[in-house]
Amino acid sequence: MSMDKATVANIARLARIRLNEDELELYAKELSGIMGWIEQLNAVDTGDAEPMSSVVERLLPERADVVTDGGIQEDVLANAPDTAHGYYVVPKVVE
Amino acid sequence: MTDLTGLTMAAALDGLAKKDFSSAELTAAYVTAMEKARPLNAYITETPDQALAMAKASDARRAKGESRAMDGLPLGIKDLYCTKGVQTTAGSHILGGFTPTYESTVTQKLWDAGAVMLGKLNLDEFAMGSANITSYYGTVESPWRKAGDNRPLVPGGSSGGSAAAVAAHAAIAATGTDTGGSIRQPASFTGIVGLKPTYGRCSRWGIVAFASSLDQAGPMTRSVTDAAIMMGVMAGYDAKDSTSVDIAVPDYRAALDGSVKGLRVGIPKEYRVDGMPAEIERQWQQGIAWLKEAGMEPVEVSLPHTKHALPTYYIIAPAEASSNLARYDGVRYGLRVEGDSLDKLYENTRAAGFGAEVKRRVLIGTYVLSAGYYDAYYLKAQKIRTLIADDFKKAYQQCDVILTPTSPSAAFALGEKMDDPVAMYMQDVFTVPANLAGIPGLSVPSGLSSDGLPLGLQVLGKAFDEETVLKVGRVIEKAAAFSTKPSFLAGE
Repeated sequence: MSMDKATVANIARLARIRLNEDELELYAKELSGIMGWIEQLNAVDTGDAEPMSSVVERLLPERADVVTDGGIQEDVLANAPDTAHGYYVVPKVVE
Repeated sequence: MTDLTGLTMAAALDGLAKKDFSSAELTAAYVTAMEKARPLNAYITETPDQALAMAKASDARRAKGESRAMDGLPLGIKDLYCTKGVQTTAGSHILGGFTPTYESTVTQKLWDAGAVMLGKLNLDEFAMGSANITSYYGTVESPWRKAGDNRPLVPGGSSGGSAAAVAAHAAIAATGTDTGGSIRQPASFTGIVGLKPTYGRCSRWGIVAFASSLDQAGPMTRSVTDAAIMMGVMAGYDAKDSTSVDIAVPDYRAALDGSVKGLRVGIPKEYRVDGMPAEIERQWQQGIAWLKEAGMEPVEVSLPHTKHALPTYYIIAPAEASSNLARYDGVRYGLRVEGDSLDKLYENTRAAGFGAEVKRRVLIGTYVLSAGYYDAYYLKAQKIRTLIADDFKKAYQQCDVILTPTSPSAAFALGEKMDDPVAMYMQDVFTVPANLAGIPGLSVPSGLSSDGLPLGLQVLGKAFDEETVLKVGRVIEKAAAFSTKPSFLAGE
């Protein structure tokens, strides 16, 4: 299959990665190649196979619904590029 | 004194126990080796002061008769494991300046067992790659050279820094992670031992996530015995990782002494891929002969969905990666490139912070998960994954382990296979199925290519049967008696 620049621009927008014209061109070519190679899976008869999301064949463990961690605001914010008054700072979202 | 950096973990533990040398002396030798190995670019961060302090504490414990399973052994840590107070990069610009305020479960277990941290090892960006050429911190060079050819070679990837450091004697052993072959393929390229444990055997907590249903932590060492010792420390249930499995950790080292007589070794006919070099086939046949001599019975098995494993992997892994990597947004940690809106801030940060291979995979992952394509790609891949896992379950009704080559080639030169992503992805053709099925796999050095480069054989086992995998690996190790060292050794 071939993927055009508009498709790449759309998925780059979904993935929140800014791409320039040259990159759109490059990724359109590369992704077309990779997706073309992946197309071979269309020919596989999966019958009634269940989709696998985990190889661990057991239920996720449960525990009592109690607080086990917390009170580490400084640790949580320690690596943030910009903080104020104990919060992360981002550009204004609501006018 | 003998060259301390030439010792395996097992030999160093003996020497430490007999007071032939102290951990301070052993660690000092490795700190020097680590500095000498800088041309390989294997370490991103060196922590010599921390190493020497940990060695001193180890010697104090030993003096009191309180030594532990890996006391005093200087390790390199793949820079995907979060280490408290020590910069952790995942090989990516986007984590620039990130210093974890917590320690990964597996590294904590290693420190609790007395091990010493030399530093953090280079890797492909977010562990995405098979040559260690995608790191923001530069490519890693293998300590090996082809006979009569001085061009630099790749160490394999993604745990390329780990492999190069262990092979060049710049760490006694290292941690790796394996999502599609990232422990086993570099181990094979550099003539060392690498074990990808069963999914769920080691905690993934505190390890930067790539593809959460495939990632596993494991040891990279200079012998099978060392892998068994280190595995015993790394393995175990962790309440902080809901996919880690709560079953007892066996004594892997003791398991090495058991007999392999009567065990059946499966030879999957589908692993004879087109264009596989004759010398890889010869290594494989040699491996079968060695196991036969040890009393094992070869049986042909069929893994009919093998040829679909790689394209299936290249749907599932990027899909999970695109989701996992959504957290790098310039707000909570790492790089931030400002923009005049929140969306622009995200887009600018991720454009500047991710390298080309990571962008490629995030884009593929976003595409296969997007509306209208989810069923055709992701759901289909999940179904084929079930078929691949079922192939192994059926095969293991006929055999106890499976033997294959680790990689379809020996190490290649820096600059080769770099124009075509699919050609690079083919590196993982023999290793990816074990990740999809969640089973353990061990790469053991088995011989040299015609160019004088290491080749490895892979032993695959049943889920949670690392004991048999290691035991069979030890038979290959003994028979192969692989003793060639790379042309560059940092420790001498």
